[in-house]
This record gives sequence, structure tokens and C-alpha cells, in this order.
Amino acid sequence: MPIDFTLSERDRGILQNVREEGLICRNYARYYDEHEEEFAPDVLPEAATFEPSFDVSAHPYDKRVDSGLPVISALASIGSTWGDYSVRMRRGGGGLGNAALSAAGTDEQKKKWGGLTLAMAITEPGCGSDPSKVQCTAVLDEASDEWVIDGEKIFVTTGCRADGVILWATVDKSAGRAGIKSFLVEKGTPGFVVAHKEKKLGIRADDTAAYVFTECRIPRENLLGLNEEVQTKGSGGFRGVMKTFNMTRPMVAAIGLGIAEAALDFTREELEKAGVVLEYGGSESSLSAPAARFIRLETLFEASKLATLRACWLAGEGQPNNTESSVSKAHAGTAVREICQGCIEMLGPMGISREHLLEKWLRDCRITDIYEGTGQIQRLIIARDLLGYTRADLK
Amino acid sequence: MISFELTEEQELVRDAMRNFAAEAMRPLARECDETESLPDAFLHQVWELGLTSTQIPEVYGGGGEERSPVTNAIVLEELAHGDAALAIAAVAPSLFANALVDHGTEEQKQAHLPAFCGDAYHTGSLALIEPGALFDPRRLRTVAEPKGQGFVLSGAKSFVPLGDRASHFLVIARNNGDTDAFIVPRDARGLRISETEKNLGLRALPTHGLELERVEVGPESRLGGNDGCNVRRLLDNSRAALAVVMVGLSRAVLEYCVPYAKDREAFDEPIAKKQAIAFLLAEMHIEVESSRWLAWQAASHLEKGHAVTRSAHMAYRYASEKSMWVADNGVQVLGGHGFIREHPVELWFRHARTLGVLEGTVAL
Repeated sequence: MPIDFTLSERDRGILQNVREEGLICRNYARYYDEHEEEFAPDVLPEAATFEPSFDVSAHPYDKRVDSGLPVISALASIGSTWGDYSVRMRRGGGGLGNAALSAAGTDEQKKKWGGLTLAMAITEPGCGSDPSKVQCTAVLDEASDEWVIDGEKIFVTTGCRADGVILWATVDKSAGRAGIKSFLVEKGTPGFVVAHKEKKLGIRADDTAAYVFTECRIPRENLLGLNEEVQTKGSGGFRGVMKTFNMTRPMVAAIGLGIAEAALDFTREELEKAGVVLEYGGSESSLSAPAARFIRLETLFEASKLATLRACWLAGEGQPNNTESSVSKAHAGTAVREICQGCIEMLGPMGISREHLLEKWLRDCRITDIYEGTGQIQRLIIARDLLGYTRADLK
Repeated sequence: MISFELTEEQELVRDAMRNFAAEAMRPLARECDETESLPDAFLHQVWELGLTSTQIPEVYGGGGEERSPVTNAIVLEELAHGDAALAIAAVAPSLFANALVDHGTEEQKQAHLPAFCGDAYHTGSLALIEPGALFDPRRLRTVAEPKGQGFVLSGAKSFVPLGDRASHFLVIARNNGDTDAFIVPRDARGLRISETEKNLGLRALPTHGLELERVEVGPESRLGGNDGCNVRRLLDNSRAALAVVMVGLSRAVLEYCVPYAKDREAFDEPIAKKQAIAFLLAEMHIEVESSRWLAWQAASHLEKGHAVTRSAHMAYRYASEKSMWVADNGVQVLGGHGFIREHPVELWFRHARTLGVLEGTVAL
């Protein structure tokens, strides 16, 4: 396919449908923001008769779209979080753990656990951006053919509702990053406790849990990928684990962009009601200050969206996209903050009123530049690639 | 369908232009800037590439290849990566010729296009910008009044590229509430062409002011004839093209800074190993890439005949802001050396600031 930026009729229909469903979820946005202790039902009343045309968590073999599936997935994520962030979690199936399973699991493991909603547990109280410092341990008990897991995990997205979790634990602390393996632990396993649900600035409808593992025993075959060998330093084993993020980073960017687009749409409507004229093709100096600022933010959104689609397009083509994934997330991480903050500033006091959703969108979008690698980590990845530096060269 | 894939042909032409820019443009850039000159030998060399003539229909003597704004964007980025001033001079003939191909009447095409298909460099130019503060292409002060069958043009233009060489000017003027383009020969009575303007950047590209004192032109001079033409689209095209030039420029800055930062040491290690520098480079890369996709999107809209005013506006504004940011920080990465004319970064800094306000100088 030559360079093109248009969507087919069918893809546009799919995305329109996603937005219609998104609007249903928006009706509940404020309620679940203010009642974070409650879970939204699996099916919202108005959505009972709604037929979604696209599963946001569609499998890679889903060929019912014209543009590449990753591209449509990103646009669908933008469409659903444009409705409300919580809509994404409501349908389940799309936990980050599922992405890890499909990236690193054996065929048998994918078949066995593919139907579960899987959370992903990496962060610990003492380590975030540097996951090589994971303290959670997995010790093999040869006698019973079981792994024994001990440790704590925090900031586990969908942690309360998930059926299980993919967690990172070290099998050999002296081996550093090479000693880290991924394990699947199902809910209900003795020794696995959901300690509490976090209270957050935004995305409150999205549950975030803290886990404690105490002598938690899981079958030997719950090691993701089944490779028990601890590879020697620099063998790239850890890089394989990190590949999980090459598709999820642009998706996180897309999720943030959906929120920013909602903020832009609301602001455009309010500005136009107030008599602001948005005019393209002329000079910035002839525009009113709010019009010039608004168009600038809209442009920022568009640039960020295209960077995200580019990373997704590469994934769909089976091409490496490690740097581009980081570009998309780094760009969106700052863009959505600037957009939502700017929209509030343009609208003035009405922007902060909880009668509208704009203030919520500001709180919701703020996580984009933090989770799944902060903006700073993304810049490290980009810079290393540009400079041909290793992790040791540029820390 | 969303795709970022270059065709095989586009990859070949990109590589060829990249070589041309590195060999025939980059080595000339500094001297041309210092001496404020545009060598005829370079124009001749670039003319032989056939950038303009191959895309003119065969009936007017051209190569008859279908014009692709997207491919032209890929070409122009490479040329601008060599040098922005020389790149604009290289494709300036297309600014006039494409406007005629897209919007001209049959008679206008026959009268003007064959000259662009000869052996010698030939160019026309676009007279859009007007002197004074707060120039706005949507609020022009140059006017066309009807007189008999024809028009009388009055007003002043500035930053008209290649005013010394252009055989004709496409003068953009207000005409009874609408905006029109008029083909004005350089020897028209009442038209005065100024001395070469002295600008911050792009010094190798001569620009001129025009004074139009009741210049009388016939009905055949109105581009598109009695129906006029879609000047908006012409200007949108030029904005998308300028965005592309700024992408090429930004990439040049980044690609110069990366090896410099790896080579230059401070406190016993390359400055590239400091996050303060490495993050600037990462940020430059992010903006070069993002600017390019916006420019490609506008080029693609042009190619498909879709509405393009908004996407061209975005591409142009974004590239303008970000190329300035990239060049500004390029100077910073080089520190004191960024300020010295031995390195090209100060040249690119001046180019960036100039390009960001200079619409109406290139086309796709």
C-alpha cells in the first residue's frame, strides 16, 4: 500500500460504532469517577442492545478490517476513551497481561489462558522505571515441581477484576535482569492476596491493585515461555521480555489521545458558542488568541495521532517499532497534558467545574506520561537508538 | 487505508535525491550563503534532473509523468536536507508551472508551459507576500480592478523568489471579494522589481519586492480564465511544500548534532552520554518524525483531491514551530561552536526562522 491517510468505508463504520458505544459510557463517566469503590457493570443498561462491531481487544488474526489491525486498534482506542476511559476496562480481555501472554507464551499457554483477563504486575514499592531491581522471588521446588513466589507488587492495572496476573519475579538475584522471568498466577491460588485498591488522581473507574505473595505455590508450567535457563549477561533475554511493550506503548498513547480529543471537542463547541471563529489557511496574527491557541493544540493532537499510527502501522507490517513506539508515547504523553491543561485555561473558570467532564479529562490523561514507561524512559530509549548506545552507555 | 509505505520507485528517487543533495548542494551551501549568490552552474545541474519538465504533460513538451505531491514531498525533503535555499531555487519553476497545469486555461498552458520544457533553466514566480507587519494571505491588500475586458493591478509585493530571473509573476490579488491569480510578465508597464532583498536566512535564494502601479493586464492573464481559479488550493499546496522543506532542514540539524555530541567530550565523556544532551536529541527526533507525518498527510490530501486547507495549515504551523525549536537547540548542542560560522548549524538556525514565515515560495 502506498502512502495514504484515508480510511475505508468499512473501517470508518467500525470506528463510528466504537464512538457511539463510547458515548453510552460517557453517561456513566462522572458517576464512576465519584464512586471509585464501585465497579461498573459488565453491561451498561443502554448498551444491552448495542452490538459492537469491533472488539478493542481483537486478536491479531482478526482480519475484518482494511487498514492494519494495530492501526485500527489504536483508532478504536482513541474512539473508546473519547467516550470515557472506563469503557475500555468494562469489556475485559484486554489486560496488559494478555499482551504479555501473546508475546511470550507458548502456543499451549496461549490456548489455556487466552480466555482469562490477565493483569500485569511489574512495579514494586521499591522499583518502578528500573524493573531489573525486582525483589519478588520465584524459587523452584523440584520435589513438588512448583514455583514458590514471595514478594509485593503495586500499581497493578485491573488488578482487582482480573482473573489472574502475569508477574515478574527473579529466579536469581545475582543474575540481575537476566534472572527475571514472567509467571502466571491465577486468582484463588493460596498465598496470593489482593492487599488493597489504590486511590488515584484520575482514571478512577479503572481499578489499580496492590498484591502480596507469601509462599504462593504455582505449577512449574506457569513459567511464561517455559524457559527456565538463566541466560548470561547481554544475551538479550530481557529485551525479549521488554518487547511486550512495543505494541502496548502506542496503545497507551492512543488511550491518552482519546481523552485529549474529547477535551478538544468540548472546548471547540464552547469556544464557538462564545463567538470564537476558527479559521485555517490564514496567518496566526489575524486569529483571536483563543482561536490561535486552540488550533495549535489541535495540531499537536494531530501530530501525536500520526506518530502513534506510524508506530502501529510498523507493527502491522511486522517491522521493528521499538523506537517509534517510544516516540508515540513520549509525544502523546506531553501532548495530552498540554492539550487538557490548555483547554481549561482557554475556557476559564468553567473549565474546572465538576459539572463538566473537562476537569476529569485533565486528571485522567495525566497518567499517560507515567505508566508503561515514563516520558523520560521513552526519551532514554529513543536517544540510545539514535546514538547507537547501549543501556550501559546512556543511563 | 492508513499506510506509511514508500513505493519502490519512491525509495529509488529518495536515494537518488539524497545523493544529489549531499554531493551537489551541501558543499555549496555555505559559500552561496556568504556571497548571497545562486550559481547558474547549480541551476543548470538541477535543471537536468527534470524536476519540473517531466511532470508537464507531453502536449506542452513535457515528460508527461503523472505528478504525485507525495513523491514530490519525498524529493523536496531530501533537497532541503542538502540546503533549504538551494532546494527552493531548484523547485521554484514548479511553483509557477504546476499552478498553470492545475489551474490554467488551455491557452494559458500553451502560452507558458513549453518554456519550462527546454534545455535551459527557466522560471516564473509567485508574488503572494506583501510588505509590512501582520501579513495575512486571507487579507490581501493588492487589488485587481476590472477595466474593459481586462484588469488593473495595484499594490506591493515582497519576498518574491527569483524575481531577478522569473519571466512572469503569478500575482495574487483581491478581485471583487474573491482572490485571484494574475499572470504578469516581468516587463509589464507599471511593474517595478526591486533590488535583491537582504534577509536573515536563505541568502542564496534571491527574493525581490514588486511594486504594481496600475499595471494593466488583459483578460487572458487571469489564471483559469473567466472562472478564475482556486487560489486557496494553490496556497495550501505551497504551505504543505514549505512544511516539507522545514522537515528536511530539521533532519539536517539532528543528523549533524548526533555525531557531534558523540565526539565532543566534557567531564571525561562524550556529551551525548549526558541526559541533558541525549534528551534534547531524542526530542529533536520526535519532532522531525511527527512533522514529517503531518506534511505527508497534507501531501496525500492534495494528491487525492481531498480538502487540504486544514491539514496543510497544521503541517505548516507545526513544522514552522518545531523546525525553529530543533534548529535553536541544535545551536545549543554545539554550544559556542553552534554560534561559529564554521559549522552549518547557525545557517540552519537562520534558515528555520526565515522559512517559518515565508509561504508562497515552493510547491508540491
